[in-house]
Amino acid sequence: MSTRLPSWLRQHLAALRALLVLTVLLGLAYPFAILGIAQIPGLKDHADGSFVTNSAGQRVGSALIGQSFTDADGNALPRYFQSRPSAAGDGYDPTATSASNLGPEDVVDSFDDPATHGEDEGKQSLLTQVCARSLAIGRLEGVDGARKYCTRSGVGAVLAVYHAGPGFNGPITRVVSVNEACPATPFLAAYQGITVACRAPGDDVAAGERVLVRGDAPNTPAVPADAVTASGSGLDPGISPAYARLQIPRIARERGLPVGEVRHLVEENTTGRALGFIGEPSVNVLELNLDLDRATAAPRAG
Amino acid sequence: MSTSTAGILVVLLLVAALVVTYRPFGDYMYRVYTSEKHLPAERAIYRLTGVNPNVGQRWTVYARSVLAFSLVSVLFLYLMQRVQEHLPWNLGFSGVSPALAWNTAVSFTTNTNWQAYSGESTMSHVTQMTGLAVQNFASAAVGIAVAIAVVRGFARRRAPVATGPGSMDGVVGTGDEIGNFWVDLTRTIVRILLPICVLGAIVLIAGGAIQNLHGNHVVSTVAGGKQAITGGPVASQEIIKELGTNGGGFYNVNSAHPFENPAAWTNLFEIYLLLMIGFSLPRTFGRLVGDKRQGLAIVAAMALIALGSLAVNMAFQAAHHGTVPEAVGAATEGTDARFGVANSAVFATATTLTSTGAVNSFHDSYTSLGGASLLFNMMLGEVAPGGTGSGLYGMLVLAVVTVFVAGLMIGRTPEYIGKKIGAREMKFASLYFLTTPIIVLLGTGVAMAMPGQRAGMLNGGAHGLSEVLYAFTSAGNNNGSAFAGITVNTTWYNTALGLAMMFGRFLPLIFVLGLSGSLARQAPVPVTAGTLPTHRPQFVGMLAGVTLIIVALTFFPALALGPFAEGIH
Repeated sequence: MSTRLPSWLRQHLAALRALLVLTVLLGLAYPFAILGIAQIPGLKDHADGSFVTNSAGQRVGSALIGQSFTDADGNALPRYFQSRPSAAGDGYDPTATSASNLGPEDVVDSFDDPATHGEDEGKQSLLTQVCARSLAIGRLEGVDGARKYCTRSGVGAVLAVYHAGPGFNGPITRVVSVNEACPATPFLAAYQGITVACRAPGDDVAAGERVLVRGDAPNTPAVPADAVTASGSGLDPGISPAYARLQIPRIARERGLPVGEVRHLVEENTTGRALGFIGEPSVNVLELNLDLDRATAAPRAG
Repeated sequence: MSTSTAGILVVLLLVAALVVTYRPFGDYMYRVYTSEKHLPAERAIYRLTGVNPNVGQRWTVYARSVLAFSLVSVLFLYLMQRVQEHLPWNLGFSGVSPALAWNTAVSFTTNTNWQAYSGESTMSHVTQMTGLAVQNFASAAVGIAVAIAVVRGFARRRAPVATGPGSMDGVVGTGDEIGNFWVDLTRTIVRILLPICVLGAIVLIAGGAIQNLHGNHVVSTVAGGKQAITGGPVASQEIIKELGTNGGGFYNVNSAHPFENPAAWTNLFEIYLLLMIGFSLPRTFGRLVGDKRQGLAIVAAMALIALGSLAVNMAFQAAHHGTVPEAVGAATEGTDARFGVANSAVFATATTLTSTGAVNSFHDSYTSLGGASLLFNMMLGEVAPGGTGSGLYGMLVLAVVTVFVAGLMIGRTPEYIGKKIGAREMKFASLYFLTTPIIVLLGTGVAMAMPGQRAGMLNGGAHGLSEVLYAFTSAGNNNGSAFAGITVNTTWYNTALGLAMMFGRFLPLIFVLGLSGSLARQAPVPVTAGTLPTHRPQFVGMLAGVTLIIVALTFFPALALGPFAEGIH
C-alpha cells in the first residue's frame, strides 16, 4: 500500500479490505461449509426442511411447521385434530410469519363506522378473539366454552361507564356494552340500576370508565389456554396434550375409531419435556393427523 | 411436574452450565488476547487487509479504526440490500427501499439487529448470508475487541515514561497503546466465534434447523390447501445470532420459528449461547488485570441483577395478571406450545439482558408487568451480562461510577484496579451514561408529539406508549427486540431509530475508549489501608445498587406512564 495516501484514507482502505476478506470467509466459506456438512445422511433431511409425506407418498408439509385443518371458508374439518389459532397471514402461512402482538389489556373492539365510506375500521380486540374461539371450540367439542370476562355470545364482557362528575366520580349517567354493536341486546340488562345500552355506530367509548364483568364462568375453563391463543411463530406445530385430549371423542366419533386407538395415536405423537423438565409437552398435529389418515385408510384397503 | 417447577430446573441447569463455562472459557479468551503468536489464517488476513499486526494503537487510533470499519460496513450493507435483485438467489425480491436499507444496515453494524422488515418476504438469501450474517460476526467481534482494549487501559501497570520500545501483548509501542483493533477483531472471529459457530450450527441442524439454498417449496396440505415451505441458510445464521448477541432473525418471528428454534432443547441451547460470552468475559478481565477476584466481583454483580430480573419476569408470567391472561387462564398469547410460558420467560429475560433482541415469544403480548420487567432489563444499559463485550465495558464504567460514589461517601480519592478515578475519567464515565437515556427519552418524546408516529401504534393508551418507549429503548441500547405491534417500517421511524442505534452504539464506545486511554497513561497507585476493596460482596452489592438506582432515576417517569399505568389497578 502506498504510504503517500493520507492516513484517514489509508484507514478506510484497510477497513474496506478487512470487510471484504471477512465477507468471503464468513459470508461464503462458512455457510457453504455448513451446507456441505448438512449433506451428511441424517442431517440432510433436517437441513432440507423435515418434509413429511402422506400414505400416497406425496409431500404434504414439514413436520416442524403447523397447518390449518379447515375448509376453504375456515371452518374446522371435524375429522382432523385442530391446530392453535395463527396470526401468520391467513393462518399458518410461512411467507408471512407473525404473532398477534396484541397486548394483555386489548379489550375494546373497533367496529366499522358507516359514516366513513370505503374503509373498514372493524377489528376484534384480543379479548373478544379469545372469547369467540373458546365458544366455537366449546361447541365443536361439546363442552362449555365459557370464560372469565366473556359474554355468553362470545365477545369481551366490557362496559364503558359514564359519570356525571369528572374523574369517574358522581352518579352514573350512561352505561355501554362496548363490544356489542347495535342493534345487539347487551349481555347485561342493567349495571348499578342503569340500563346497559348497545354500542352505537361511531361511538368510540374512550371517555367512559372501563369495567370488566367477570361473569359466571368456571375458574378453570374446559377449553385449554393454548387452544384460544395465537402462537408466537404463527406456525406452531404443536398443541398441548390437554387440547389433544379434548378433541379425542370427536375424532373417534367422526372416524368410527375406538377412543382407545385415537388416544394411543395421540400419545405416540406427543413429545414430552426434554430430559423431563425442558420446555412443555406438546402433540404434533400434522403427524398425528397423517397417522389418523393411515389408521382409517388401512381397514378399508384390507 | 408443574410448569413452574420445570422452569426452575431449567434455570438451575442454565446457571450450572454457565458456572462450568466461566473459568475455562474465560481463560481461553485471556490466552487469545495475550498470545504472542499469529495463526497462519490470521497472518493471511493481515496480509490481505494490509495492516501490521505488531503495531499498537493509542485510544484515538483504535477508535478511528473501529469507526472506519463500521462506516464501511454500513455502506457495504446498504448497497447490498439496494442491489439484491441483481445478485444470485434473490428469490425474486426487489431492492430494499432506501430508508429501510439504511435502518437495517445501521442495525446490523451496531449489533442491534432491530428489524423493521420480515426476513421471509424482504431479504434474499445472499443479503442474509453474505451481508447480514457477516455483520453478526463483525459487530459482535467489535464489541469484544473494544472491551478488551478498555480492560488493557485498566491493566497497564507501567507509566508511559517507564517504557521504552517495550511491548504489550506482543505489540510494539510507546506506552499508552491499548492494543491493535485489527488483531483483536481478527482473533475474536477466528479463534472464538467461528469455531463455536461451526459446531453449534451442526447441533442446531441435528435439532431440525434448516440449512439450504432453496426457494419456497409449495406443498398441498392435508386439508387441501397450499403451503409454501421456505428455505434458506438458517442454521449458520441462527447460531451467530445468539452467540454474538445480535438477535436479527432469518424470519420475521425470529427464534419462535420452528426452522430457527425447532425444539425445547434447542431453545435452552440458544439461551445458553447468548449468555456464554457475556458471563465469561469477566474472567478474562480478571486475568488481564492480574486479579481474578475482580472478575468474580463483576460477574457476581451481573448474576445478581440477572437472577433477580429472571425471578420477577417468571413470577409475573406465571401469575398471569391482566384481563386477557386471566380470561385465557395463562399468559400463552404469543408463545409456542413446545416452549411454554416458563421457558419463554427465560428466553425473553436473557435476550433483553444481553442486548440480543432475538425473541422466541412476543413481548407485546406479555403481561403488563412481565413486559415492564423486559423493558427495565434493557434500560439497565445492557450490562447483566450485556452484549458481547459491550456488557463488560458498560459494567466497568458502572464500577468506576460506584467507586466514585463510594469515595465521596468515605472521603477518599476513588481508585479502581490501581488507577485513580479523577475528573477526566469521571467526565468520560458520565458522558457514557448520559448518552443512551437522552436518546431514548428524546426519541420517545418526539415520536409521541407527532400525530403521524402515534398512529403507528397497534395498541392504544398506556400500552401504545410502552410500544414507542420499548422501540427507542431497544434501539438506543442496541438490543433490537420489539413490542412488535408498532408499525416501524416508515421513513420516519426507520430514520429516527437508525440514528438512535448509531449514536447509542458509537458515542458510548468512543467515551469508554477515551476512559481507557486516560487510564492507560496513568501510573498505578499502590494499594493502601485506605483503598476501597473492589472484590468483596460489599462492592458487588454497591455496584448492583448503583446500576439499579441510575436506571430508576432516569426512566421511572416514563415507565410509570406506560406499563405501570397499564398493569397496576
